[in-house]
Amino acid sequence: MTAPPLLEVTGIEVSFSVGSPLAARLRGQQHLLRAVDGIDLTVQRGEALALVGESGSGKSTFARALVGIERAKRGEIKLDGKVLPARRSSADQRRIQMVFQDPYSSLNPRLTVGGTLRELLRVHHVVPRGEVDSHAKELLRLVGLDEGAAQAYPRQFSGGQRQRVAIARAIALRPELLVADEPVSALDVSVQATILNLLQDLRADLGLTLLLISHNLAVVRHLCDRVAVMYLGRIIEVAPTEALFRGPRHPYTAGLLAAIPRMTAEDEDEPPAVQGDPPSPLRLPTGCRFRTRCPLAQQVCAEQDPALTASPDDPGHSAACHFAWAAQTASTTEAV
Amino acid sequence: MSADVVSATPAAPAAPAGERTRKRRARWYRNPTLIIGAALLFAILFICIAAPLFTSFDPDLQNLEQALSGPGQFGHLLGTDQEGRDTWARLLYGGRVDLRVAFLAVLFPFILGTILGSVAGYFGGWVDAIILRVVDIVVAFPFFVLVIALVFVLGAGEKSIYIAITAVGWVSYARIIRGEILVAKRQEYVLAAQSGGLSNLRIMGRHLLPNVITQAIVYAMSDIVQNMIAIVTLSYLGLGIQPPTPDWGTMIADGQNFLTTQWQLTTIPGLAVVITGLGLSLVGDGLADLLRPGAS
Amino acid sequence: MSTPAGGLQLAVSDLRVEISSNRGVVRAVDGVSLQVAPGEAVGLVGESGSGKSMTLKSILGVLPSEAKITAGQVVLDGTDLTRLSHSRLNKIRGRRIAMIFQEPMSALNPVMRVGNQIAEGPRVHLGMSRAQSVQRALDLMRRVGIPDPERRFRAYPHEFSGGMRQRVMIAIALSCDPELILCDEPTTALDVTIQDQILRLLAHLCRESGTSLIFVTHDLPVVAQICHQVAVMYAGQIVEHGTVAEVFRSPLHPYTLGLLRSAPDVDNPGQSLVPIPGAPPSLIAPPSGCRFHPRCKFAEEDCKVTDPPLRILAAGRATACLHYERCLDEMGAEA
Repeated sequence: MTAPPLLEVTGIEVSFSVGSPLAARLRGQQHLLRAVDGIDLTVQRGEALALVGESGSGKSTFARALVGIERAKRGEIKLDGKVLPARRSSADQRRIQMVFQDPYSSLNPRLTVGGTLRELLRVHHVVPRGEVDSHAKELLRLVGLDEGAAQAYPRQFSGGQRQRVAIARAIALRPELLVADEPVSALDVSVQATILNLLQDLRADLGLTLLLISHNLAVVRHLCDRVAVMYLGRIIEVAPTEALFRGPRHPYTAGLLAAIPRMTAEDEDEPPAVQGDPPSPLRLPTGCRFRTRCPLAQQVCAEQDPALTASPDDPGHSAACHFAWAAQTASTTEAV
Repeated sequence: MSADVVSATPAAPAAPAGERTRKRRARWYRNPTLIIGAALLFAILFICIAAPLFTSFDPDLQNLEQALSGPGQFGHLLGTDQEGRDTWARLLYGGRVDLRVAFLAVLFPFILGTILGSVAGYFGGWVDAIILRVVDIVVAFPFFVLVIALVFVLGAGEKSIYIAITAVGWVSYARIIRGEILVAKRQEYVLAAQSGGLSNLRIMGRHLLPNVITQAIVYAMSDIVQNMIAIVTLSYLGLGIQPPTPDWGTMIADGQNFLTTQWQLTTIPGLAVVITGLGLSLVGDGLADLLRPGAS
Repeated sequence: MSTPAGGLQLAVSDLRVEISSNRGVVRAVDGVSLQVAPGEAVGLVGESGSGKSMTLKSILGVLPSEAKITAGQVVLDGTDLTRLSHSRLNKIRGRRIAMIFQEPMSALNPVMRVGNQIAEGPRVHLGMSRAQSVQRALDLMRRVGIPDPERRFRAYPHEFSGGMRQRVMIAIALSCDPELILCDEPTTALDVTIQDQILRLLAHLCRESGTSLIFVTHDLPVVAQICHQVAVMYAGQIVEHGTVAEVFRSPLHPYTLGLLRSAPDVDNPGQSLVPIPGAPPSLIAPPSGCRFHPRCKFAEEDCKVTDPPLRILAAGRATACLHYERCLDEMGAEA
């Protein structure tokens, strides 16, 4: 707790303009889609933090802003105490790397696997010229592929193997923070385990800090130390993994956990955990953005947008709900 | 360490490189359009380039005594034109000129269009907006009208042809490349290259272009045909290749007056244009099949 | 619409589907047998390439043109659907057997109003008048939980969210009161909270009207949520069959065991993940003997020689593994 965090993000906002301002005004919508609407986050060195959310939550956009391939409109990213400018130097760009979701489009089909790795090593002078070739092969060995893979093209590999290559590429530049955006969603179930185990091993062997973006809570619970839950561009709860799963304090988190299908069949006649559809991000509700689907919504929820407040007992657990730390009622606790 | 080390290519039984080239050649064989077109083109190119092997006459040599002679007379395979110049020789040497000009006149717009299209598609924003506006303006005019007007203003001749066709023809390539890049730049391997700190120039040149260039190449094939016709037309109108340089367009124009007597003066070069165009089209179609995304 | 005298609703026997490709003949479905009782929900589970989608599509004869049923039967009330002419099969499609798909955006006609798409079935199959079919469509929209049906009737699919589009698909599927609904990964593309809504809706509607379900998915917990029976597919064959509780609690096939072990269980976070080594086999030239043997840690000599059929053990339990007791030992050791 006393060591300075590796990553400190404050007030990050990323927006996209949708159509023309006039048309938006006519339709009573906002012209700016606030995909990421003010995120504060810290990540400690060596930990694995999960960023969880459904479609439209902004988690992927935030990840891209972190890596530097999406421009943040506002906000600050501090890596190891130093602020990263909007246009990063080559050295800064190396420090945060990403593993992408789709193994079928994240590798250049016209370059051999070895070629992709060698290019990165060369451009950034990661190792001396003469060692580039052997280092590329070493990286492939590290992710469990044999040396011969260097001459092959991506299309000759299976999805799981391509993800290994993607991981090799991400660690080639020796980043301090690895962002994995849904690294196993596009893979078959039996293959997911190899990638998840690989990530765990690399964390242990290389001391990597991991930010895992996922909608799969089983993976999150298995792999990560802490979880941050996003909804419509905001973080609405952050907590250590077990604390979140055993005692979620935000109604959305509770609903999310209750919605996970379980291996043990249960009472079929219960109503769904979360009702309705999320509102359009161009027409956000006043006050708390979850109130339109929230079983606990009160008047104050429509008037005031709740901020992330920490638990009086555990400063590591925060939630953005007016009733997060109020006396518990049976409907909010979800023992998992 | 993850204990399940897997071999590199479980799916491909043979060595990766060998199997790949074997597949490529096999498809090439199975493409009759490409084979026929290529054979036709190659034959024409060969005959024109190796012209001295096929004729001993000088295409510019005038021999008024033998003017307008028929095929076979005085040793002229296809007779002579109104100035006594051997038709067959003019056909071959004229072919050299026309083919060279047609090819070069595609190369310049290809390069210019690809560069501008890449920049527009990749960077977007105001750069894209400006380039698009220019494209819109150029496209508003019919191709031939603009080219002819430009050549007229610049003065007839080979250099003017290049300038005019480049100024007008680049837009098609720009649009094609821009469209492809707009889609391709969203692919995750481009994002990965960006997050890997590679420069924009390198990403455009090394990562994007090789993946999007095939459509432009296919288009270029049909563009050569169009350009050939444009050049022939310009020459026919007297704005293109200037005499005494032989050229199919001028031959067609000159031979018009003698349609009733020596009809071969006009029709043979016309036929040459058609056959060459056919060869180019076939090659273009065959290439389109071969280079179609998902086919490799 | 006939109700069977009791007993089997649909029986698939020894179904074989082949796909011709330029690399050879792909045996996508290689001897699949399945029974569905009235009101029962059967899950068909497998990874990509297992043949589960092809099996489903064969039932209604909506296979892609390269694929053909080469053997087997699909019997509905004594009629073999694979032998029916196109026009007679059409009378069954949408009417007695309906289907819902994974991507609602491509399964719904983008240029036709949603209400009309729902009303089309009753008009064509049940002979309703336009007014009647509209009324029916509105009722269905209410039943599946689409708010403000009168206004939404005239909307187009792109105006709906993913979850709402799935509800529209379910409404279309229910529109002629089918006896059986085939579901091809209908919730795979949906968010967890929306998936929860759709699964509960489906389960509720089927219970209410006694409709049977065949639910294809790769997601084991989803099967646990909605199905009574489950059949596990691998390389074009069914390798295990039983009730959901039994199969997931004590699997009798090493592949099922492998699947259970390799996926993280949200209720069991400490469990280490054991991936299944190797890769799924080629369906053009599958391995000799048991198709799973190259990846199976219990494989013995006889596994490489004989292709074991699906054997029925106790009532409702079946496995295609010659040495299924090894799975029991394995689970017992963990307990």
